[in-house]
Amino acid sequence: MSTTIITVDAKGQSCPGPLVSLAKAIKDAPAGATFELLATDPGSRSDVPSWAELTGNNLESAETLPDGSFRYLISRAV
Amino acid sequence: MAITEDRVDETGTLADLLQRVEALETEQSKQVKKKNKMTIIAWGGQLDRIWPTTILATTAAASGMEASVFFTFWGLFAIVKPGVRVTGDNWMQKMMSVMNPGSAQKAKLSHYQFMGAGPAMFKKLADDQNVAKPDELIGLAQELGVKLIPCQMTMDLLGLKREDLLDGLEEPIGAATAIREMREAAIPLFI
Repeated sequence: MSTTIITVDAKGQSCPGPLVSLAKAIKDAPAGATFELLATDPGSRSDVPSWAELTGNNLESAETLPDGSFRYLISRAV
Repeated sequence: MAITEDRVDETGTLADLLQRVEALETEQSKQVKKKNKMTIIAWGGQLDRIWPTTILATTAAASGMEASVFFTFWGLFAIVKPGVRVTGDNWMQKMMSVMNPGSAQKAKLSHYQFMGAGPAMFKKLADDQNVAKPDELIGLAQELGVKLIPCQMTMDLLGLKREDLLDGLEEPIGAATAIREMREAAIPLFI
């Protein structure tokens, strides 16, 4: 089964923009749906893991891209 | 003799245990059940208070928490409809509304006011940094299901009518309901 990754581009947005964009995107998605969040807000490095803990969704990976921006993979838990 | 004493102790222990369980159950039934919820009492009307209030409320809602904001005293001005100028029924209320125009866009800073230049600079910086401004965050909060609740007493005091306030707000409430909101919220804040 192939997994479709839904990209949420929140580059340029400041706190709490990336999380709000992600929350909006994930709201109507089915369980198991995977999201790629792209952000430039350095605060997202701590905020995305916190958000995952608060919501119970899974943060699969977090990485810094060569251009200094951040990429997070999140899968919807429930 | 020793055996008898043991038996007495055992029955004593059992009765004691049952009593303690009962006491614990009674105690627990009195305990306040907290919800995964944030309730903010928005008392201050200044830009530097309304801003964190709206950021925290929207973030809580975006993080799957229930969120409510109770706008009281100066905080109530933040949810006055933009463009509403003279409000109230008597000269005092009317004067106050002119002296302190409502809406989040008109909020002043507690520091760096600089005759209005401060808030303008902050908003310019916010635009440059792509930071959402309080009036935008209020709209976002509503979109995310944050309950925005006006304080009835403040409305009466200032002569503000329901139609002077933003659309889509909850029914105005009093202090007891505000306390109920705070009591059940895992995170109650006063800003």
